[in-house]
Amino acid sequence: MDAIFIQILNGLDKGAAYALMALGLTLAFGTLGIVNFAHGVLFMLGAFCAVSVHKILTFSLKVRDESITFFEAYKEIPYLEIWWGDTGTAIIDYSVPISIFFTVPIMALIGIAMERGLIRFFYKRTHAEQILVTFGLAIVLQEIVKHFFGANPIPIGAPDIVAGSAPVGAFFGFGDTMVYPWWRLIYFIFSVVVIGGVFSFLQFTTYGMVVRAGMADRDTVGLLGINIQRRFTIVFALAAVVAGLAGAMYTPIVAPDYHMGMQLLVLSFVVVVVGGMGSLPGAVAAGFLLGILESFASMNEVKQIFPGIDQIIIYLVAVAILLIRPRGLMGRKGVMED
Amino acid sequence: MSSKILNNELFLMAAFTVAVLTMPIWLEPFGASYPDLLQKFAIFGIFAIGYNILFGLTGYLSFGHAAFLGVGSYTAVWSFKLLTMNVIPAVIFGTVLAGLFAVIIGFISLRRSGIYFSILTLAFAQMSYNLAYSVLTPITNGETSLQLANNDPRILDAATASGSGLPSTELFGMTLGGYPGFYFCAVMLIIAFYVSLRIFRSPFGLKLAAIKSNQTRMSYTGFNTRPYLLVAFVISGMYAGLAGSLMAVTDPLAGAERMQWTASGEVVLMTILGGVGTLFGPILGAGLIKYFENIFSSYNEQVLHEVFSFLPDLMENVMVFIVNPFVGEGWHLTLGALFMVVVIFLPGGIMEGFNRILTWIKKDRSKSDDDGATIKTRPSEG
Repeated sequence: MDAIFIQILNGLDKGAAYALMALGLTLAFGTLGIVNFAHGVLFMLGAFCAVSVHKILTFSLKVRDESITFFEAYKEIPYLEIWWGDTGTAIIDYSVPISIFFTVPIMALIGIAMERGLIRFFYKRTHAEQILVTFGLAIVLQEIVKHFFGANPIPIGAPDIVAGSAPVGAFFGFGDTMVYPWWRLIYFIFSVVVIGGVFSFLQFTTYGMVVRAGMADRDTVGLLGINIQRRFTIVFALAAVVAGLAGAMYTPIVAPDYHMGMQLLVLSFVVVVVGGMGSLPGAVAAGFLLGILESFASMNEVKQIFPGIDQIIIYLVAVAILLIRPRGLMGRKGVMED
Repeated sequence: MSSKILNNELFLMAAFTVAVLTMPIWLEPFGASYPDLLQKFAIFGIFAIGYNILFGLTGYLSFGHAAFLGVGSYTAVWSFKLLTMNVIPAVIFGTVLAGLFAVIIGFISLRRSGIYFSILTLAFAQMSYNLAYSVLTPITNGETSLQLANNDPRILDAATASGSGLPSTELFGMTLGGYPGFYFCAVMLIIAFYVSLRIFRSPFGLKLAAIKSNQTRMSYTGFNTRPYLLVAFVISGMYAGLAGSLMAVTDPLAGAERMQWTASGEVVLMTILGGVGTLFGPILGAGLIKYFENIFSSYNEQVLHEVFSFLPDLMENVMVFIVNPFVGEGWHLTLGALFMVVVIFLPGGIMEGFNRILTWIKKDRSKSDDDGATIKTRPSEG
């Protein structure tokens, strides 16, 4: 029982990342009809927003290190510490949560620029061409990031308070031995909040209602005198923000490098397909489901029976789903079933 | 008149053969005339031609062809290790085994079309890649990649085994490194091109093209499209296997990174850049990409300073600053940007560009001749 519980927990943070990515992909696909191969790059850009914020906050002054006396040693003291002392140190410590406030507007701008600058010319082209052009864009953006930040992963820590592990066993009465990193727990809760936010935006606001109407029948909504195109652009920006937030918060879990998004992209496409093209709840459910499934597959007991299963389980599920139930778990009948 | 000559198969093949075999001569002025690069031209040419048979003719966008390339490479290296250093069995085994893989993957993937097909092939390729890195390490040697070793059995070579050091690949006693290696690949390229030419101009090719233009209508005429698609998929998989085994021939080493999906992306880029569904386009695209990859990635800041040294100092620095991110390590940036430009403005690739220029010239001439005849532009095969 304990083992099962801990595997579910292990799957949650990965599943949360899959779900956030798949949610954005589905939003872009459901509204604009765009198959966006650059979505993984948006995740990566979000992570690098966090990296940039961290870099700016730790902008340092080089001073002589007095504690070392045999030779001239220098150490770097961030300006923030010089100016504000302990408050500065605390700010640096919290650079990842702080970066969220910068990630949202930056990613929204990037999303709008991408949609207006490139993607709107591809509504009428085939899916293959959409895939190809966004794939090209992904390469370009990756290489730009690589040019500025280098090819190596850049680790950034979570704030000190939550750097350790949470005694989740004690919370649920499984004994004290069961622990789980705080930040992964926070990531999961954060993703639930974001997903809840997106859903309530679409479900409970007039704006969201119009968007949903547009997803169902774009032409009719246009005939009612609503500028649906503009709303769809905003939705695309929203998808970019979701991906960016997922990336920014992910930095303490996996040190970001320039091609992290591409690996995730392939997986999140699989997630979207499993959940059902165009179905938002399907994308989220499939994301968590596959994340948890993957963590079960990496248990030693399972690996002894099926060696290597943890590497391919997600793809296997996707193949099975596509062949047996092509519209996915929650896809609507007749939508992209071919 | 000119199109008649171009349609004559014998002439086309003769011209192509001459062009390929004299590549070391006419590529000299471009600084591309060394065996390593020429081998790459030929190998990736084969890969792209094969990919074009699937994507160009049927319109099915596969993102998993690198898997077949990897299978071909591994098989060829294993043939070198177990049987003989002769390349003929290696190439045959590599091609056939890749074909078998393609039968299995194609049979499953082709049950869906459009984006689902792309994702299915992508999923299979990723599965092969992940397995090659983890469970299959006894076969693939994981991250260290599969290499020849001195104590390999090499059953057929045992009698003639000689001396120490690793043996090199050979064709009945002729060592296949450098130019001989290129000529071997070149002959393969010519054969591959001939087969693709025959396919393009056969009833089978026409059927594939019909599937691309309207699959629904095709099946309404009582035509079962799937076997044809599967045959096209297997043929293109075998081409990839051939290319993979040739890679092992020129350099007996096989790594899993050949199977990564970015490698599949590369062949898509080549095909698109040259021109999807044209005969020559993919070869052209493969050659261009490999050429620029080689040239661009060898540039660094110093070389750039030399290149722009004719400019005044300030201009020189500005130019170097602008160009620097695009060359050397950043070569992929150029590739991505170029690719976007092609997809956006010239979806038919370079071949479409040629055709546009040609029709423009013709139009111009007919206007000046004032013959008033309507210009018939037939879709050219390239």
